[in-house]
Amino acid sequence: MTLMSTSTSSPTSFSINPLVDLQQIFQFAFMQHAFEAGTIVAIVAGIVGYFVVLRRSSFAAHALSHIGFSGAAAAVLIGVSPVYGLLLFTSAGGLGIAALGRRAAQRDVQIGTVLAFMLGLGVLFISLYKGYAQEAYSILFGEILGISFSDVLLTLVAGVIILILISVVYRPLLFASLDEDVAEAKGMPVLFLGVIFMLLVAVATSFAVQVVGVLLIFSLMVTPAATAQLLAKRPRQVIIISVAIALIATWLGLFIAFYEPYPVSFFITSSVFVFYLFVRFIYRRIRP
Amino acid sequence: MGAQYEIITSKNLVAGYPDNIVWRDASFAINRGEFVAVIGPNGAGKTTLFRLLLGLQQPISGALKIFDAAPKRGNPQIGYVPQRHIFDGETNVESLELVRLGFSGKQWGLGLFSQKDRQAALDALKDVGATDLAHRSLGVLSGGELQRIFLAEALVSNPTVLLLDEPLSNLDMRHERELLQLIHGVVQSRNVTALLIAHNINPLLPYLDKVVYIANGKVATGTPQEVLTSESLSALFGVHVEVLRDSKGNIGIVGIEDCHGCQPE
Repeated sequence: MTLMSTSTSSPTSFSINPLVDLQQIFQFAFMQHAFEAGTIVAIVAGIVGYFVVLRRSSFAAHALSHIGFSGAAAAVLIGVSPVYGLLLFTSAGGLGIAALGRRAAQRDVQIGTVLAFMLGLGVLFISLYKGYAQEAYSILFGEILGISFSDVLLTLVAGVIILILISVVYRPLLFASLDEDVAEAKGMPVLFLGVIFMLLVAVATSFAVQVVGVLLIFSLMVTPAATAQLLAKRPRQVIIISVAIALIATWLGLFIAFYEPYPVSFFITSSVFVFYLFVRFIYRRIRP
Repeated sequence: MGAQYEIITSKNLVAGYPDNIVWRDASFAINRGEFVAVIGPNGAGKTTLFRLLLGLQQPISGALKIFDAAPKRGNPQIGYVPQRHIFDGETNVESLELVRLGFSGKQWGLGLFSQKDRQAALDALKDVGATDLAHRSLGVLSGGELQRIFLAEALVSNPTVLLLDEPLSNLDMRHERELLQLIHGVVQSRNVTALLIAHNINPLLPYLDKVVYIANGKVATGTPQEVLTSESLSALFGVHVEVLRDSKGNIGIVGIEDCHGCQPE
């Protein structure tokens, strides 16, 4: 966020021609990295988010990111990149939730109890670390403008792995998400698919935290897919719309934040929210 | 009867859990193409029978065979409609997609260029008279409409046995009759064997070949005329049971736990 204020006071200023604007924006390596990582995260979150919505697992996804907070804080404390702590803790949390079995999505109290404990643990780790405020702030609300090239590469690798995995399990996961009893009777590994799903959410969440932070994860992992589901009935179409919403919101957020001295995650979450409001209350009235 | 091909055979079957036996000493045979009602009070173990046939649960003792083999999970010859769950209004997925998954949901990969499942799903929807529901969202369908979709989902993989767990619950009398006629039609035209769990046997009586009556830890099987008499039920359960018939042939069974058949739940 501090980078922002210096860049806005520099010769860069908003022009009517978006090409000129983008040229200006991409002069800066940190903006390039932000766009690259943001794009990968938006695509992955838009896709994984569809299954989160379909499986009614938005609370579990939300909880995972909070569990990840303590992992990120622990990583910072021992001096490694937060994303490793996030990956470790969210994956462990994901396996735990998957082990709760088929009705995991409804185990709100158990999941919430662990969530609160892990957040508390994160607070402890952060306070043990000297740079208290800044680190906590960026984990909680994202710091995409501070992303390095190696972070982008790591995000890309994770993104590709997630996409490959989803394309392999796509139909069984869809079936198990929509009609678990029949899928189980047909001999499908529903528990295994549940584990795969939670791990997908864990990894996707870990990287999405870079962009919007732990607290705002909903805006990329849930809201775009939930909005898309109001617009289409075929899973593939919903996924494409969901990705489009997440992408546009991320790009728009980065674009605006380049010129305005406010946090990127605010603009991303606001864009997603405006999409949601528009579809929920206006679009559906115009076109039933 | 005896010459028909036996699809399901059970010998001295005991079901449940070692510390909680649900029913015991069940011996029966079900033949190809039969329409069978599985009835009995709540919690008597009707769904347990289905879980055994699906290979989701193992018998404690005795032998159960389906197609001359022990049941195994994922048997493609069985079409299953579990007792369900209505999709909430938020589930905005069109019916056709669910039926397609009944055909290709087991396959790995995206299946981007496969249209076979789509055609099979459309055919199955046509068979259950639900072509017009293909592009409707599951979340907005009524109970009767959903049962048609579930039936199509079960039929799309061309099973030879249908297991239907309480498809008639939550339906009013008219929809109950329509769905029964539909199921009966499917049973005849496809020569499939259907086992249907129900609370109330009366709407089923015109169509039934056989009854599996489960109550008080025991199982009685036979034609409705054989099984549903005061004498046979009293003998089986060891308590005085009365089977009452009204002028239209409707049956009421009195004396076994709840007064099943007296009033639909």
